[in-house]
Amino acid sequence: MSEPIISIRNVNKEFPGVMAVDNASFDIEANEFFALLGPSGCGKTTLLRMIAGFETPTSGEIIIDGQDISHVPANQRPVNMVFQSYAVFPHMSVIDNVGYGLKVTGVPANEISTRASEALERVKLGNLANRKPDQLSGGQRQRVALARALVKRPKVLLLDEPLSALDAKLREQMQLELAHLQEDVGITFIIVTHDQDEALSMADRIAVMHEGRVDQIAAPDVLYEQPHNRFVADFIGKVNLFEGTVTGARGKTVSIDTAGLGKVQVPHAEAADGSVSLAVRPEKVRISKTAPRSKSVMGTKGRIADWAYYGDVSHMFVETEKGLRIGVIIQNETRKTVDAMDVGDIVHVYWSPEDTLLLNS
Amino acid sequence: MIPGTAWLVLFFLAPLAIIWAISFGENTSLVKTEITGTLDNYWRALSDVVYLKIIWKSLWISLLSTALCLAIAYPISFLISFAKDKWKPLLLMIVILPFWINLLIRTYALIAVFRTRGFANFGLEWIYNTLQLDHLFGAFEPLPLLYNNFAVIAGLVYVFMPFMVLPLYASIERLDKSYLEASLDLGASQSRTFWSVTVPLTMPGIVSGLILVFIPMLGSFLTPDLLGGTNAQMIGNVIERQFKAANDWPFGAALSFLLMYVTFGALAIRSVLSGRKSGMEV
Repeated sequence: MSEPIISIRNVNKEFPGVMAVDNASFDIEANEFFALLGPSGCGKTTLLRMIAGFETPTSGEIIIDGQDISHVPANQRPVNMVFQSYAVFPHMSVIDNVGYGLKVTGVPANEISTRASEALERVKLGNLANRKPDQLSGGQRQRVALARALVKRPKVLLLDEPLSALDAKLREQMQLELAHLQEDVGITFIIVTHDQDEALSMADRIAVMHEGRVDQIAAPDVLYEQPHNRFVADFIGKVNLFEGTVTGARGKTVSIDTAGLGKVQVPHAEAADGSVSLAVRPEKVRISKTAPRSKSVMGTKGRIADWAYYGDVSHMFVETEKGLRIGVIIQNETRKTVDAMDVGDIVHVYWSPEDTLLLNS
Repeated sequence: MIPGTAWLVLFFLAPLAIIWAISFGENTSLVKTEITGTLDNYWRALSDVVYLKIIWKSLWISLLSTALCLAIAYPISFLISFAKDKWKPLLLMIVILPFWINLLIRTYALIAVFRTRGFANFGLEWIYNTLQLDHLFGAFEPLPLLYNNFAVIAGLVYVFMPFMVLPLYASIERLDKSYLEASLDLGASQSRTFWSVTVPLTMPGIVSGLILVFIPMLGSFLTPDLLGGTNAQMIGNVIERQFKAANDWPFGAALSFLLMYVTFGALAIRSVLSGRKSGMEV
C-alpha cells in the first residue's frame, strides 16, 4: 500500500466533562471516499473539525501527506471543507464565492476566473455564475460550496453532513453525483454523516464512531455482514438480537443456550465464551405458515403482531410465546404476497445458521 | 393601528408641524408670535456665517464622535458575542448600566474626571511620576481636558456608546460563525476574513448604529453645554438658546428645520450609495 494521505494517531479531544474523541487512530488512503458514521454526539464532527483545523486535539497527531499539521492554523492546511450550512457568502455572487479562496491567496485574476469557471462547470452551475446565493435553491448552494472547496485543489475534501438539508429525492441524486465527482477529481473525500444509507452507498470505507471511540473501520459490505459488536450491528441497518450463553464449542461451531430460541449451534471462527448476542438481519429471516422442511435452519414460532407496508417491502414483527419480538423484512414479489398472511396469524420464522452472527456483549 | 397613528399624529407630527409653521413667523411682542409666511429666519441662518460655521462644526464633531464610537464599539460587541454564553447577559448589562443613571449626573461625573485637578490628570500625573519623567522634563503640567472640543467628543462618545454597541452586538450575534470558518478554511487570514466577510455581513448593524448615534449627536446640547464651555458649542446649544434665553422661537424653529434637512440629506446620500452599490453587485 502507498503512503496514507491522512494518519490519525492517538488523537484525543477533551471538552469540559466530555471525552469527545477517545484515542482515535487510523489511516485514510489517497483517493479514498471515507465516511465517519455515528449517532449525534459520537465525536465524528469534532474529529472532522480537528482535521480542518477548527479544533485542536488535546493530544495525538494528525498527519496529512507526511506532515504533522496538528498545530498548523486552519487557513494553512491543504484541506477544504463543505459546511453543513454550506456557508456560501451571501454578499458575493456565485463566481466570487468560488474565486474567493484563490483571491485571498494571491492567485492572479485571469487564473482565478478560468479556474472558478471550470469548477462551476464541473458542478453544473456554469450558467448561474452571476447569481447571488439568495437566488439559488438549497441544492445549488451546496454545489457552490463544493465548487468553492474543489477549486482550491485540496489534498483532502471534508464534507460535514453535506446532504442533511436536502429533500429525499435530491439527496439520493447527490449521493450518486458526489461518488462520481470523487472518482472524477481524484481527491480524498472524508464525509461525516449520521445517515447509514448515505455512508453505505457512497463510501469506500466507513468508520463507525460511538461515544468518542472508533468501533469499526471497514468496507460497507463487511460492516453490514460482519459487524464487530452489538453497537455496529444495531446502528448499521436493522437487526434482531438474542441474548445467550456459550455452552461449548466444537471445531468452528459454537453451541449457545438462548432464552428464546433454545440451544442452537452457529458457525464462528474465533473462540467465544460467556454471555454473547446472536444477531440476524431481518431480510435474512424467512416467514411462512408451514414449518420449514429443512432441518438445518434455526428459528421459532410466533404470532404476527405488526405489519408495516412500504410498497416494495413489508416489515413484519413476530412475537413469540417467550416474549421475543423478531423483525422480518419480506419482498413484496407478487401482488399476492401481502394477501397470504395477516396480523394475528401464527407463523414460523427461521433462518440459516450461516446468516447468524455471534457478537461478544 | 389607530391608537398608534393617533399617538404619532398627536405627539409627533402635530408639534413638528407647529414648529415648522412658526419657522415662517416673526415675533410681534414679547409673548406673541405671528405666522406671516416670511423667509427671514431661514435667510438669517444661512446668510450669517456664524451659524453656518456652527452647523459645520456640529457636523464634523458628530461625524468624528460617531466614527470613534464605531471604532470602540465594534471590538466590544465582538468580544461580547464571542464570550461564553453565561457571561453575555452580564457583559451586556455593563454596557447598558449607565442608562440607569441620569444623563446630567453622568455628565457632571465626566467633569470630575476631566477637570484640571480631576481623576484623569491625577492618573496621568501618577504615571508621569512613576516613570520618573519629572526628573527629565520637570513637574507634571495638568492637561487641559475640559471645556474644549476634546471634552465634547469624549462626552458624546461616552453617552452614545450603548446605542452603537447594541445594534452591532445584535448583528454580530446573528452572524453565522461558519462564514468565518469557511473564509479561514479557504485560506484567508484573520484580518482578510474580518474585512471581506465579517464587516460586509454585519453592515446592517453598522449602519443602524451609525444612524442611531449620529442623528442625536448632531442635535445634542447638554453635553456640549456642560463639557464644551463657551467656544465649543454646537448647533443644539444655539437652538436651545433661541427657544429659551433669546425668546426667538421663529429663528429657533428655522434652525431646527435646517438641522433636520441636513439629517435628511445624510440619510438620502446613504440610501443612494447603498442602492447603487447593490445595483452594481447584482
